[in-house]
Amino acid sequence: MTSNKKDPVLVVLQMTGAYDALNTFIPYSDPLYKDYRKVLKVEPEDVLAVDDKVGFHPAMAPIKDMYDQGKVAVLQGIGYPNPIRSHFRSLDIWHTAEPDKMVTEGWLGRTIRDLDPNKENILTAVNFGRGLPRALAAPGVSVASVGNLENYGVLTGIQGNDQRSEALDIFARMYSPMIGTGLVNDYLSQTGLDALRGADILRTSLDTYSSSVEYGGSPFAQWLKNIAQVHLSDFGTRVLYTGVNPGTFDTHANQNITFSRLWGDVSNAVSDFYQDLQEHNANEEIVMLLFTEFGRRVQENGSGTDHGSGSVAFLIGDSVKGGLYGEYPSLEADKLDHGDLQWNNDFRSTYATILEQWMGVDANPILGGTYEQFDLIR
Amino acid sequence: MAEKDIALMAHLMRRAGFGAQYHELEARAAKGYEATVEELLHPEDHENGLDLDLAERCFIEWNHFIRCVPEYIAYRMINSRTQLEEKMVLFWHGILCTADSKTQSYVTSHAELEMLRRCGMGSFKGLLVEISKDPAMVYFLDNCLSHKDAINENYGRELLELFSMGVGMDGEFNYTEDDVKECARAFTGWTISNSIPQQPYGRYSSQFVYNPNDHDQEEKTFLGHTGNFNGEDIIDIICQQPATARFLSRHLYNYFVADEAQVPAWMDTPLQDPDTIKMLEDEYFRSDYNIRSMLRVLFNSDAFKNTRFSRIKGPIETVIGTLRLVGDWTSPKPGFESIFEEMKHMGQEILNPPSVEGWHTGKEWIDGGTLVRRINFIADYVGDVSYPGIQDLVQTLAAEGSTISPEGLVDGCLRLLGHYELENETRHMLVQHAKKSGESPTNTREFSQRVGQMLQMIVATKEYLYA
Repeated sequence: MTSNKKDPVLVVLQMTGAYDALNTFIPYSDPLYKDYRKVLKVEPEDVLAVDDKVGFHPAMAPIKDMYDQGKVAVLQGIGYPNPIRSHFRSLDIWHTAEPDKMVTEGWLGRTIRDLDPNKENILTAVNFGRGLPRALAAPGVSVASVGNLENYGVLTGIQGNDQRSEALDIFARMYSPMIGTGLVNDYLSQTGLDALRGADILRTSLDTYSSSVEYGGSPFAQWLKNIAQVHLSDFGTRVLYTGVNPGTFDTHANQNITFSRLWGDVSNAVSDFYQDLQEHNANEEIVMLLFTEFGRRVQENGSGTDHGSGSVAFLIGDSVKGGLYGEYPSLEADKLDHGDLQWNNDFRSTYATILEQWMGVDANPILGGTYEQFDLIR
Repeated sequence: MAEKDIALMAHLMRRAGFGAQYHELEARAAKGYEATVEELLHPEDHENGLDLDLAERCFIEWNHFIRCVPEYIAYRMINSRTQLEEKMVLFWHGILCTADSKTQSYVTSHAELEMLRRCGMGSFKGLLVEISKDPAMVYFLDNCLSHKDAINENYGRELLELFSMGVGMDGEFNYTEDDVKECARAFTGWTISNSIPQQPYGRYSSQFVYNPNDHDQEEKTFLGHTGNFNGEDIIDIICQQPATARFLSRHLYNYFVADEAQVPAWMDTPLQDPDTIKMLEDEYFRSDYNIRSMLRVLFNSDAFKNTRFSRIKGPIETVIGTLRLVGDWTSPKPGFESIFEEMKHMGQEILNPPSVEGWHTGKEWIDGGTLVRRINFIADYVGDVSYPGIQDLVQTLAAEGSTISPEGLVDGCLRLLGHYELENETRHMLVQHAKKSGESPTNTREFSQRVGQMLQMIVATKEYLYA
């Protein structure tokens, strides 16, 4: 190695359930905001203002602090053509970067194939959560998907340490390629051995990691801790993915209570993660993308909000040029899209920016087109 | 009962069903192979053994309400004695695809799957008419947005490309872009009432409606035929095509016999077994497009009987097969959602195929994440000797002698799992492993643990990924 500068790493944080953009990044001085949100409004003096128009929800203070340090880009009015208000389909669109038709390959799956075409590193991408999000899926791309780093691996249900290690030893031999059994069996062998080896390597991160940061107890916070553990172990992982469980931010009712708690948990976890990186001098190595599948209805329903469009996303990191990007969608009745915020900022512009300016790969083949980029990576 | 007959029955039940416990295999083999095939082909003449009233009392209105439809379908797959009927629902669900991620109406998806169960072994022509009128499909592929003065080609195209003929055959295209347009024109006016989804008042079921005022009444030319065609006429022409016989035969082969190339590659990928496909194509025309007749010919053919362990099991087959093996979920109890979630995390979510192309099969089921998930799921179940199916298995082995040799343990487990076959090297490794404990008495508690651990090793093999 001639340089100790590390390859850039992307951490994607998926806020499943669709957070309410209007109460996440709040147009607090717009009189229409109070009219639409009689019950759910955040009072102007409570908003963590970034200028005289907009500001963060009070529960997002740790992210606001990072914004003040110039590390947070706010991507306003983000969305895609012909918004769909189904959680599943909308997530699918964010995952595949393809709003017009249903396809199976994820945008990060294609990115991983580009980063590691010869599959030299089985840990180029690691997901934390239950099941692999389609964003990371692509034929021939192997991604380790970890529910819990402490007990990740094959045959975890076998009782007794000796029995299990013997079982894993046999497993490794059973999955060694056998001559003359064909291409499919070779593929299965390779996949089995990769999974075994990936688990072995990932487990070593538990031994080498130490930190003074204490993460919260939520699964999301623990997965961010796992991401720090894996990143700091220098496995060459370039894409790390996690999120909150499905439906978490789906606040049709009682939004005032749950919304603050959720953003409090998420913001603290993100801030803890950043401090952990700082403690290990790794804070310049990572950019985080935090997104949700769509926005919510501008007009509240009395105690919550229904499905809408036009959202807000965030890019966070030392290499991010903090500030506001895209336009805040108008709240004027005739500017709304069926009562929802009108998007003005195609999410693929953000993807293209990340891919080209941060990850250093050609975005066009991955996104199937060219999208205007923001100038937001240092 | 000859073991080779039981092995053949195990093969049939893995393919025409979701697998079966050893004593069921013995009982079915005693009835005879051809008799069992006939029984499977005629669910209308046999009890399915499902106590759906009891299930309904446990899961209120579960067969059409939010989140419950996948559980209802899985419950049927586990417990129905008319296994082929349920296997055909999954077959068609993976081909005539709609996805709840778009339709957002379980009541409508439920109605579609009931239709697939009702029509899945009848006339292919009848099935194509039914699916063209199916409200979930009409909405999913936008035919309700196709009007006589503004056609939407989505359904017309997929009907040809993914539901009946395929893009091409033997290197030649099967139809032109003009055929797609003419096909779409013939289906104008085929729409639905109560367009889905229904917010904010809840979700109603949609109904098919034919609107003659929105139907294009002009002359159309489709695949060389000219006339004032309506949708049924188009389906009639489609069913006469050799390409349709090929397409359906190849799908049946891929699902029941051996992994084939993925559908988009069919135009240019040669058949691996042209004789069997030809046999199915001939039966398609001979029987006037009858799916049941094609299945009968297939299951009774030597090609089917001799092609063992050449399909990688899908996630639904894996999960349902495991539950049937161990004897879990034979009656309703809470917590079923996790079973449905497990299939999803292995890569196959009921009601949500990833695209209108359906699930890709064969080796595409397997990646690092899904492989670990699959092996751990099965191993956790078979290693738990408290399940009735595993207890049976232990007792059957114990009844064969007061002690069992290492070879006897490995081979006995393979036999009782349904005559699984391992590569010699793999079997040798497992025998060596068993030899460390030597000859073991079968009347001890340790014996059931040893069996459980041997089963865990077997289900972790590459060979066990196959059916």
